[in-house]
Amino acid sequence: MDNIGLIGLASVLAAGLTIGIGAIGPAIGEGRAVAQALSSIAQQPDEANTLTRTLFVGLAMIESTAIYCFVVSMIILFANPFWDFVINQGG
Amino acid sequence: MDIKDISPDQVVYFSLGPFDLNATIAYTWGVMALIVLVSIIVTNRMTASENMSRWQNFLEIVVDFLRRQIADISGEKPELYMPYIGTLFVFIAVCNLLSVVPGFLPPTASLSTTAALAITVFMAVIIFGVIKRGPLGYLRQYVKPTPMMLPFNIMGEFSRTLALAVRLFGNIMSGVKIVAILLAIAPLVFPVLMNALGLLTGMIQAYIFAVLAMVYIASATRIERERHEKTQTTQGDSDG
Repeated sequence: MDNIGLIGLASVLAAGLTIGIGAIGPAIGEGRAVAQALSSIAQQPDEANTLTRTLFVGLAMIESTAIYCFVVSMIILFANPFWDFVINQGG
Repeated sequence: MDIKDISPDQVVYFSLGPFDLNATIAYTWGVMALIVLVSIIVTNRMTASENMSRWQNFLEIVVDFLRRQIADISGEKPELYMPYIGTLFVFIAVCNLLSVVPGFLPPTASLSTTAALAITVFMAVIIFGVIKRGPLGYLRQYVKPTPMMLPFNIMGEFSRTLALAVRLFGNIMSGVKIVAILLAIAPLVFPVLMNALGLLTGMIQAYIFAVLAMVYIASATRIERERHEKTQTTQGDSDG
């Protein structure tokens, strides 16, 4: 297989693996956080405001790892420097 | 924006020497003009009576919501932080909400805009910290709890700025991108559903950006107050 094909293959595989594996951890973490927050709100409905705000901030923190993976896979798919390099060399 | 572009920076309308007028800048100006115009028009006809206009009611809800959130997080009067945090929230929220308008490219889908906003947060933390605690008091928090933590505190300062920028960019860009991909493969109903979801995530991201900025500022200004109160109470004890 020539270089263009190899880099294309590697990029598509890497993008899929990045977002696929990268979504597992944050999904488990967010699920646990929301479940805990829901049971806390059920126990203390008066504190719902503080709990909700803390939950949102925490979710944003957890979610950013998944967002990093997404950004990396988007860069691999749409703005891949290696692909551009090979295309420029070939063209 | 083409399906291959991952940021509205790549859509250039007009070029003058080294300066490009790209979609990010153009739509940022549009959003700024819209916010200023709506605020001027609404606040021109403000009234304290009961028959206020709907727009005034709406703006009062937004301002009151922001003031309550800031007071909750910082534990202080919201006046000092309101202009900055309120501007962040309103600008990001309007950008994200307008992304349902066909043809509008939200400026927050560009890493340049979000990085600029995150850098203002970085500066604001320093400025509010120095205002509240003085330069030495502000710098002292970097060697707490021990001077060994100095490099980690400094790294944390930078990495949270990066996280703020990439989080907002990633969320909004993913919304735009998913709609663009769906338009190519299932253009009938599904893009509308994802757009509706984009409204929700857009509001949540604006809220999170503003709240996180406030949390960072509060963490740089709060310790001083606690210590101040402690010295006051010990003085009170010795007096009594």
